[in-house]
Amino acid sequence: MSMPFDEHKPIFLQIKERIEDQIVNDQLREQDQIPSTTQLVNFYKINHLTISKGISLLVDAGIIYKKRGVGMFVAEGAKQKLLEQRKDVFVDGYIVPMMQEAGKLGISESDIIALMKQVKGSGRNEL
Amino acid sequence: MSYETAFHQVNMTYGNFQALKDISFRLEEEKIYGLLGRNGAGKSTLLSLLAAYRKPSTGTVTIGGQEVFENSQLMSQVALSYNTDYSEESDKVKDMLDAAACYRPNFDSSYAEHLVKQFKLPRDKQVKKLSNGMKSALNVTIGLASRCPVTIFDEAYVGMDAPTREIFYRELLEDHARHPRTIILSTHLVSEMDYLFEEIIIIKRGRLLMQERSDQFLELGVSVTGATQVVEDFVRGMKRLSTRQLGGTTSVRIYGELSEMQHKEARKLGLELGNVSMQDLFIHLTEEEDTDDVQK
Repeated sequence: MSMPFDEHKPIFLQIKERIEDQIVNDQLREQDQIPSTTQLVNFYKINHLTISKGISLLVDAGIIYKKRGVGMFVAEGAKQKLLEQRKDVFVDGYIVPMMQEAGKLGISESDIIALMKQVKGSGRNEL
Repeated sequence: MSYETAFHQVNMTYGNFQALKDISFRLEEEKIYGLLGRNGAGKSTLLSLLAAYRKPSTGTVTIGGQEVFENSQLMSQVALSYNTDYSEESDKVKDMLDAAACYRPNFDSSYAEHLVKQFKLPRDKQVKKLSNGMKSALNVTIGLASRCPVTIFDEAYVGMDAPTREIFYRELLEDHARHPRTIILSTHLVSEMDYLFEEIIIIKRGRLLMQERSDQFLELGVSVTGATQVVEDFVRGMKRLSTRQLGGTTSVRIYGELSEMQHKEARKLGLELGNVSMQDLFIHLTEEEDTDDVQK
């Protein structure tokens, strides 16, 4: 079933991120209906107040929209928006920690590039 | 009409024993409430007053402003499911459902049929011959399908195995979404039911300890994890719920919200802050040796 939640991070943010992931991975496409709050509550076993808090962040960001009495849907351009957001945080989220760790281990920049090419060649990077 | 429910200065005494002491609270319509308390705290007494099985010694219990006791019109709108004694019940499952359909104005027979299938209830079996889990499933079926504006489940899961309880929780949430109504669940299985409650009410030794929205309640606790000495220094003077240690790492759960300053301080010290479960908070707040009641 569902992955356990990280206890060191607010659950509502993790709910938001899981829905975002599904949009980025094309499990939810633009104009698709997303699961109802009740379905999400039953699936994740998380209180509906928490689920609603995560969802309202997505609504405020224009990623999903509500149709009264019908449900919630993925907005036009949602995936593009999320990809851009993720590119913006890519440096802080991935490059900086990688370079910090590489620094601790004494791995040089050229070593990092060589390692990246090696990983790419091995096919281990494919999702 | 309104089905807002209110207890006002309710006391309940059995002989010399005071089961409920000066209980006052309000339940809004259409929310799911968790009534939490240790064994003997007064949960069932409180719920039996709401269902008008008894009259409070003093104080009032009202729904929509009307007192519930001996109010037959109101009583058709309140359903109480509890661990009923069915040892003499020779009626069959289907007879019980037919009876409920007669005296419950909103009873939905097709939904009841759906639940009978979900719970795999044998329609033609005598109720006294059902297992305890099946008896509970029958009570839950009647309770949900009655669609009463005030629906109460007093430890209604007793005897159900884990998969059956899952069905109960799922059906409860789905049916509540379709037909919003006030639902009150009393339990001490806090860890597996915490996600169901919009608000919680905790009673302790007959007194109301707190009524709080679930999400706000959870913010009353925080876990602090890191190097043992750093954690110990950081939590000094705070109200400690529990401590876990593994090698040089310690995780302490504390009661109380941290200030912005303390959050910054924790980050600077490399401490990880995390969530505390409703169960942990509940256990702490209802500990018997704890005499100074924590009030919010």
